[in-house]
Amino acid sequence: MSTLAPPRLTLRLLPVMRRHGLVWRKLAAPNLLANVADPLITLVAFGYGLGALLPRIEGVPYVTFLAAGSICMSTMMAASFESLYSAFSRMHVQRTWESQMHAPLLLDDVLAGEWLWAAVKGCISGLAIILVALALGVTRSPALVLVLPVVALTALAFSALGLCCNARAQGYDFFSYYFTLVLTPMTFVSGVFFPVSQLPQWLQAVSAVLPLTAAIELARPLVLGEWPPAVLRPTAVLLAYALGGFWLAAVLTRRRFSV
Amino acid sequence: MSSEAVLTVDGLVKSFGGQRAVDGLGFTVRRGECFGLLGPNGAGKSTTLKLVLGLLEPTAGRIELLGLPVPRRAREARAQVGVVPQNDPLDPDFTVAENLRVFGRYFGQPDPVTESRIEPLLEFAQLTAKRDARIQELSGGMKRRLTIARALINDPQVLFLDEPTTGLDPQARHLIWERLKRLLAMGKTIVLTTHFMDEAERLCDRLAIIDHGRLIAEASPGELIRREIEPHVVEVHGPGRAAWAERAAALCDRLETVGETAFAYCTDPGPLLATLRDGELRSLHRPANLEDVFLKLTGRDLRD
Repeated sequence: MSTLAPPRLTLRLLPVMRRHGLVWRKLAAPNLLANVADPLITLVAFGYGLGALLPRIEGVPYVTFLAAGSICMSTMMAASFESLYSAFSRMHVQRTWESQMHAPLLLDDVLAGEWLWAAVKGCISGLAIILVALALGVTRSPALVLVLPVVALTALAFSALGLCCNARAQGYDFFSYYFTLVLTPMTFVSGVFFPVSQLPQWLQAVSAVLPLTAAIELARPLVLGEWPPAVLRPTAVLLAYALGGFWLAAVLTRRRFSV
Repeated sequence: MSSEAVLTVDGLVKSFGGQRAVDGLGFTVRRGECFGLLGPNGAGKSTTLKLVLGLLEPTAGRIELLGLPVPRRAREARAQVGVVPQNDPLDPDFTVAENLRVFGRYFGQPDPVTESRIEPLLEFAQLTAKRDARIQELSGGMKRRLTIARALINDPQVLFLDEPTTGLDPQARHLIWERLKRLLAMGKTIVLTTHFMDEAERLCDRLAIIDHGRLIAEASPGELIRREIEPHVVEVHGPGRAAWAERAAALCDRLETVGETAFAYCTDPGPLLATLRDGELRSLHRPANLEDVFLKLTGRDLRD
């Protein structure tokens, strides 16, 4: 099989995901807490604290504006963390991947399991923030249900990007760069905390092709109970990152395992 | 023992950036035998194992494992194979029994089938009392036995072991050997890599000695010793060794000096032993063994 071939998804990824799920279940409470605490604090502290000092943004209270950003950011962080630190542990430190390939799984199966599992972790976090927003009464929009597929796509995109990074990593330190230089700046230019329209023109152009921007473009109107003004373009952006990213991750990971 | 080939390797080459780690290797493993891959560090043993399992693409050559071409149909072949890699990559998040259960699922094996195998395998590995223990609580020997049990969860026809007793104490090693012999008695085929010559001599029906990625000998341990080396060895060390070596050179077939020790290899040890009768030199007379063959064929230079 060529190193460049598109990865194939087969049902063999299920036992891989099931393994990760079993481990997660053993530590579900602390895991959930870690995934949810950060964005939750952001939502409450910024939303209510800072929000009290701010005028309405795009016609809604700041906390309502922030909710969609928090949901997407939480999804991004959880999917990234799982596809970086956790996947690297399993690939490099615990050599779980090696064992799985000694059983008759292929590298593609193992990788696909990691991809979907990190996406599941992202969805769990995104869902948790949605529930928090509901509980706090930030939004009651029935369109919130439609945020779920947006969360899933976002999780798949960031899980794939994380696995690309994982394929090139020599140690955990490498991931600090990804978080500091890629993800953190992305949260500031993707409209999590303030509208993208506040950015200078050139930065808006950059922002327009970022996956987090696309996610928020779709999620924010839905949280406010409206149909997004553009659906196709942001959806295509997310799909491109998810599928293209996973393809690239497969190519890079096969290279890593061919020496 | 039937002579049906379980694994055939022919003209195998694997290059990494122009360097040939495996260089035209060929050998055959027959059903039911224990086959040893011997070689110094960096000889290409681990690379060969990865190639045979289809985890690496060969640069050239042909591999057939259980009648299936590798790497093209490696996954199917691996479904009937067990692998015991180095350093026991067990799942630290699971208990002993969970490690077996989760591993069974990777084979797409129904849980009831796996469950029915867990108890016998724990017994086989002497881990019944540890079934709910965490991996961190296990000793080195227990971990190795669990890795072996895990490799048997799919009831494989062939078991590959990469240095199965490295890092274990003598008690633990003997228990592993006992278990491997039991597997052979059950009709399993075993392929192992090792650099313990006593292990190879004890377990293996046939051996391949490889160095620099090439096969340099393939035979039974006894045959290798008969064919490749003089049957007697007289080792002399300590003061007076150098003078003795000068006299001994004419009385033996081959004389090697390594540091403070002289090794005299010969067919008839009588004349050599006569020179030692006054007992002033510290000496040892012993039959030649596989280690002597190994060192003769691969040299005494360090490979680390």
